[in-house]
Amino acid sequence: MENQDWNTRVKKNTKNLALWTLAWVLSMAIATFGPEFLWEGESILTVTAIILNALLGVGLILANIRHLNSLDDLQKKIQLEGMAMALGVGVVGGLSYSLLDTTNIIMQDAEISFLVILMSLTYLVSVLLGQKRYK
Amino acid sequence: MKNSLKVLRAQNDLTQADLAIKLEVSRQTINAIEKGKFDPSLPLAFKISKLFQLPIEEIFQQE
Repeated sequence: MENQDWNTRVKKNTKNLALWTLAWVLSMAIATFGPEFLWEGESILTVTAIILNALLGVGLILANIRHLNSLDDLQKKIQLEGMAMALGVGVVGGLSYSLLDTTNIIMQDAEISFLVILMSLTYLVSVLLGQKRYK
Repeated sequence: MKNSLKVLRAQNDLTQADLAIKLEVSRQTINAIEKGKFDPSLPLAFKISKLFQLPIEEIFQQE
């Protein structure tokens, strides 16, 4: 019963996190493509979409904290290692990438989206490896 | 750190899933502790100690 409650709590928080993530991603898409395809550059709508995106982002962060707090010791450790790896790779990789841009080694401008993708993939792979290591 | 969790669990006729239910953790965590891959936090060690009614140092020993 106790663990069913714990399991239910973890599942609920995971589902909650997924919903906040989905809402944030959708609002990001609307804020990105809306000015061009939906409201043709209407500034007030663009600003509203960006504010909505930022507010949903705050909800996403809080949902992530709630989710992490509901996990058990081992799951927290796996998540912590995944986040540490993603942060490290993000800072080191991001600055190297920036240097490549500022020194004109690469022709195109450094895009923050590449950094986000790199950090997300690093986090995903680290968590999967952690799950395997402690199986 | 080594521990006698597996022995205690067997003595009490509990599966890893049963023990996970009683301790409010995942079965993966019980398995990792038993295999010595993961050391539990102090609160979890106290929970285990209370469940089996044994002092922590009788369940967990430094290698």
